[in-house]
Amino acid sequence: MSAVVTAVPFATQSVSADPKVKSRIRGLNFYYGNLQALKNIDMVVYEHAVTALIGPSGCGKSTLLRCFNRMHDLTPHTRYEGEIRLYPDDVNIVSSDIDPIEVRMRISMVFQKPNPFPKSIYENVAYGLRVRGVKARSELDGRVEAALRGAALWEEVKDRLEEPGTALSGGQQQRLCIARALATDPEIVLFDEPTSALDPIATASIEDLIISMAGSVTILIVTHNMQQAARVSSYTAFMYLGELVEYGPTTELFTRPRHQRTSDYLTGRFG
Amino acid sequence: MASISPSIAVEAAVPGVAEIRANVVRRRRWDIVFAVVGFLATSVGVVTLLALFVDLVMDGYHRLTPDFFLSFPSRRAAEAGILSAWVGTCLVMMVTAAIGVPLAVSAGIYLEEYAPRNWVTTLIEINVSNLAAVPSIVYGLLALGLFVYALGFGQSILSAGLTLALMIMPVVVVATREAVRAVPHTIREAAYAVGATRWQATRDHVLPYSIPGIATGVIIGLARAIGETAPLITIGALTFIAYLPDPPISTKPPFVSFDWLWSGFTVLPIQMFNWVSRPGTAFHANAAAAGIVIVVLTLAMNGFAIYLRYRLRKRITW
Ligand SMILES: Nc1ncnc2c1ncn2[C@@H]1O[C@H](COP(=O)(O)OP(=O)(O)O)[C@@H](O)[C@H]1O
Ligand SMILES: [Mg+2]
Repeated sequence: MSAVVTAVPFATQSVSADPKVKSRIRGLNFYYGNLQALKNIDMVVYEHAVTALIGPSGCGKSTLLRCFNRMHDLTPHTRYEGEIRLYPDDVNIVSSDIDPIEVRMRISMVFQKPNPFPKSIYENVAYGLRVRGVKARSELDGRVEAALRGAALWEEVKDRLEEPGTALSGGQQQRLCIARALATDPEIVLFDEPTSALDPIATASIEDLIISMAGSVTILIVTHNMQQAARVSSYTAFMYLGELVEYGPTTELFTRPRHQRTSDYLTGRFG
Repeated sequence: MASISPSIAVEAAVPGVAEIRANVVRRRRWDIVFAVVGFLATSVGVVTLLALFVDLVMDGYHRLTPDFFLSFPSRRAAEAGILSAWVGTCLVMMVTAAIGVPLAVSAGIYLEEYAPRNWVTTLIEINVSNLAAVPSIVYGLLALGLFVYALGFGQSILSAGLTLALMIMPVVVVATREAVRAVPHTIREAAYAVGATRWQATRDHVLPYSIPGIATGVIIGLARAIGETAPLITIGALTFIAYLPDPPISTKPPFVSFDWLWSGFTVLPIQMFNWVSRPGTAFHANAAAAGIVIVVLTLAMNGFAIYLRYRLRKRITW
């Protein structure tokens, strides 16, 4: 299985010696009507680290990611079973007792295709604060700037905050969406294949950004690109047909996969 | 000069090419045939409208003087005008828009964004689309029983406005739903993902981005209502009115008045109908002149709807 090692150029993020757990998934099942898309998932998400979800298309990566912000609640006839416990307060965020809006105020998301609102750059970033009722201009100004800096976009847009967000380039739009996700100080940011609609240069800048964000926020990222998982993540989960096949530090999973399926996938034998 | 151009072999004729050409010509013929038939079919509508309008203009043009707009109806055709009719039309349309638009837009948004997908919703949806097909005279009968008698609004501008509001509702509901559906799902997800409630996502995003489509539906609905005669005659519109309703705004406190809502009224198409049904060509000229006003109003509204759609749509890009 040593062929796996050479298949991926490594720059894997380090794993801290005593990582804190941000979230723990336990016995998670998820259903679209009668179709069971997630089967008995058990996994931990470490705080202030990047965790990648990889696996062939249709294996349930997006489904798992969208459990974290209860996005499935918008689709009729969907059902969660089991737990995703969020720490430090140890609440089960997929429990029907918890309002999905409460969950989305703590965990934000960046989507596959950049989806800025057809509003100004400023209003795009400020929207999460506005829905919370923040009105003071000074507070909005400060947090919008901080979020745009956090998304490495401030220098490019500081003189045209009133221009429409949709007029930016694809890579800038995606960084605008990252700024929008950061503005509300989330505990976890979810990324669903955030670079699949971007060119290689924009992709590299988003990847750098994700690595730099990991110091201050917990990140879960879905990617179908194994090189990307290797470059940005400290932990990787490999999924197949709705099951979590293997999970561990990225370096280990890529160099010493314990399961035949993982190594087949990593070496490109299917996918 | 040494050239590197390759030599090209040219032949005068290649067997088979002549056949290809003949084949293309044969098939092209049907293209031309359909283009001609299609053009004629399309022309029927345009030519008819044009002929009607030219006919109206020839008959009524000489009556379109400022006096015609500023005079009440009269027994003498040459002195009669459409003052009470166009004022009535404006006031009725105001009521129709003020009542019909909020109701229809709310209903459309509810059905698209809020309503659970179940048999009750399906029933409501089927009902709404069927309402669009109900003949307008039936709305008149309903309004006569409900607004005029049961609710006691009488034969008033209020009753007329409510009647037409009901009538344009299906059109505006359908336009609203289509506009709302055209807002990409990814935009809603973006709003929900930062913690917006359904109402916030609707108010801040779905509704503002749907305005061009909704406005188009509203104007097309009103343009239809402006020409309606049957339901208003049913609820008792007058055909001869020589006074104006109380003005809605006055110089004395409280400055606004709603007395006009209870006033009797007539509208442009009813005035026109009245003149048409009289003997004598003099009144027919008045009818033609009123007809010109109605047609121009309707066309202008439709034109404005097209302009709005074009202008506002261009400003929203996803
Ligand atoms: N809205 C939906 N309704 C029904 N089935 C769905 C829906 N979304 C995804 N699925 C199914 O769930 C499975 C997992 O999909 P997804 O999580 O999108 O896969 P991935 O992101 O790994 O490509 C697939 O079989 C897919 O067909
Ligand atoms: Mg996916």
